[in-house]
Amino acid sequence: MEKTLKRYFAVFTLPTVIAFAFAFIIPFAQGVYLSFCKFTTVGNATWVGLDNYKAAFESGQGFTSALGFTAAFTVISVITINLLAFTIALLLTRKVAGTNVFRTIFFMPNLIGGIVLGYTWQQMINAILYRYETTIVSNAKYGFWGLVILMNWQMIGYMMIIYIAGLQNVPTELIEAAKIDGATPWQTLIKVKVPMVMSSITICMFLTLSNSFKLFDQNKALTDGAPMKKTQMLALNIYETFYGRTGYEGVGQAKAVLFFIIVVAIALLQLSFTRSKEVEQ
Amino acid sequence: MKKKLISALLCAAMVSSMLAGCGGSGSTETPAESAPAAESAPADAAPAADNVAPAGDSAAAAGDGSVYYLNFKPEVDAQWQEIAAAYTSETGVPVKVVTAASGTYEEVLKAEIAGSDAPTLFQINGPVGYNSWKDYCLDLSGSELYNNLSDKGLAVTGDDGGAYGIPYTVEAYGIIYNDAIMQAYFATEGAKAANVDEINNFAKLKEVVEDMTAKKDALGIQGVFASTSLLPGEDWRWQTHLANLPVYYEYKDNNVSDMAAITFKYSDNFKNIFDLYINNSTCAPGLLGSKAVTDSMAEFALGQCAMVQNGNWAWGQVADVDGNAVKEEDIKFMPIYTGVSGEESQGLCIGTENFWCVNKQASEADQKATLDFVNWMISSDAGKDYMVNSLGNAAPFSTFGDAEKPSDPLAKEMYRFMESGKSSVTWNFTTFPSQAFKDDFGAGLLEYCNGNMSWDDVKELVVTRWAEEKSATAQ
Repeated sequence: MEKTLKRYFAVFTLPTVIAFAFAFIIPFAQGVYLSFCKFTTVGNATWVGLDNYKAAFESGQGFTSALGFTAAFTVISVITINLLAFTIALLLTRKVAGTNVFRTIFFMPNLIGGIVLGYTWQQMINAILYRYETTIVSNAKYGFWGLVILMNWQMIGYMMIIYIAGLQNVPTELIEAAKIDGATPWQTLIKVKVPMVMSSITICMFLTLSNSFKLFDQNKALTDGAPMKKTQMLALNIYETFYGRTGYEGVGQAKAVLFFIIVVAIALLQLSFTRSKEVEQ
Repeated sequence: MKKKLISALLCAAMVSSMLAGCGGSGSTETPAESAPAAESAPADAAPAADNVAPAGDSAAAAGDGSVYYLNFKPEVDAQWQEIAAAYTSETGVPVKVVTAASGTYEEVLKAEIAGSDAPTLFQINGPVGYNSWKDYCLDLSGSELYNNLSDKGLAVTGDDGGAYGIPYTVEAYGIIYNDAIMQAYFATEGAKAANVDEINNFAKLKEVVEDMTAKKDALGIQGVFASTSLLPGEDWRWQTHLANLPVYYEYKDNNVSDMAAITFKYSDNFKNIFDLYINNSTCAPGLLGSKAVTDSMAEFALGQCAMVQNGNWAWGQVADVDGNAVKEEDIKFMPIYTGVSGEESQGLCIGTENFWCVNKQASEADQKATLDFVNWMISSDAGKDYMVNSLGNAAPFSTFGDAEKPSDPLAKEMYRFMESGKSSVTWNFTTFPSQAFKDDFGAGLLEYCNGNMSWDDVKELVVTRWAEEKSATAQ
């Protein structure tokens, strides 16, 4: 068995490997290469070494301020999304009528595309701010909280489903044992349920963290960085570097490579941290 | 059982979020690929081509090349598809027209031109655009297109003297006003002017506008000017068009056509007219960040305001609004006055930022087919008819007779001003350093409207960003 598997290894994996190479590895390698080049179109590039990376950190590029905004946004949204999603998951794992209906409803926003959501929320928030004769782009704070609300609305349902799956896998005998030992509901939650769903927490933290950090569509549609790029996140900053002026495509590419490194570093750190908290069932 | 259900749900969730992601980004990045629609619609295109003589010689020689035009203007996409189908049925040369979504032309062009099926005909917006696309622009100085250009100075030329971009239309912008409302105002007691001709400088305009604002209930309007749209991406009427005036006068003072650094000498003039716009508008200055150009045009079309700054392309937009209250004979142009001395003789801002370029890196057969196609557009009766009547282009070519001019009311106004002897303001924003500069300027104007930035800060921003971007994009 082992032998035949080895013999046909190439046959079984080749299609996937080829697809992966074409759709991921080759474009990725080309992207890294282009970050060291000056180019307008990808087929027409000249090597310039590290110039693009130096330019990426020049003042006026907005890369560092976008990084700051992105970090602040990520911290807030990761905390709020996970707390709210977990709370709703707890509520919807009780034996109450209509939980399935609620689960479906809470999950629905996740099915809508980011651009659509961005414009919809822009309209809704502006309709409220209209009373005060102002708009979402008049103050960076409005844009920040608008984005947080939008992301919460979109992501909570998805995370909730993952938490529900985790909570349903908590062995009932453990909970019963805790009850018999006289644990309060709060103690049961903290000492039994949370450690048991730690693997779900790892997944949810990873998804919210990376999605918040890489956010683009929603940012572009909701505020487009206004006012004065104060609500511009990293992905949008890269996009605008690439398309905002001629001759800076390489700098945008360099920023994208840096962005990739940052996202990978953060994701790996977070994974190793939450993994270490996981317990064997 | 339940576990299975949940895992199935999870799978569905992951797949759907991927799909949703694709859908979201797809809507912004992919061009409106409507070529197939054109191929299936030659029957619809026939009536327009029927009543004109066949183009004749230019058609037969095209060989086996094909034409791929990346169109800049979404508002005329349907017309271009019709033209493509008509040309193909007449000559047998395949023509594909793809239209980039509004504001994404450069992105789509960057993506498309790198592909194997690259556009053979595309457009640039002037010298700055030429700078980024010079590797792809064919020298057109020997072509029929260039030879027929009535003013050779309009073409985008390279350092070697070749003509690389040929304008296919001339456009004008200014303050569009609704004459019915103006006449109603002139009839009121104590009107500050008796007719529009008396408004020939900024002081008079301001007097009239402020008096109209005071009488707005009597006039049945919500404000004199349509809202100054400052939604990000919708601010080009101010950071590009209005900004052209102070730059025009500064260039003129220095007798140059481009500058590496400006002093924004006429910033107070910009502030004059901009303040007038935002303070006599249909909504409070704080709300302007939520307004798009279509909002402004709708307000004008519905008769909620008397004036709006825009160009001759806006007539289509106004006419298409449901419940349009502006009559064709009432829509007129007035120059933008900013308080510069001697502006009584200033006309509209007339120029172009639409230049056709032929892809130098396309195959020779395709280049030939493309040149034949554009030549057909400007010399055959059918092509000229499309240029003028379908696309509404005021084509600057000697092949167009006096009768072959667009007949929409704003185009007529443009010709009236061109012939009136007033000096037109040229379009100098084609030399603005970059999109990044314009966006920052627009963002500054928004901050100014929201009271977060003083005018001096805006002025400072314009001066420093201009110099930075000019040096950043100098190659």
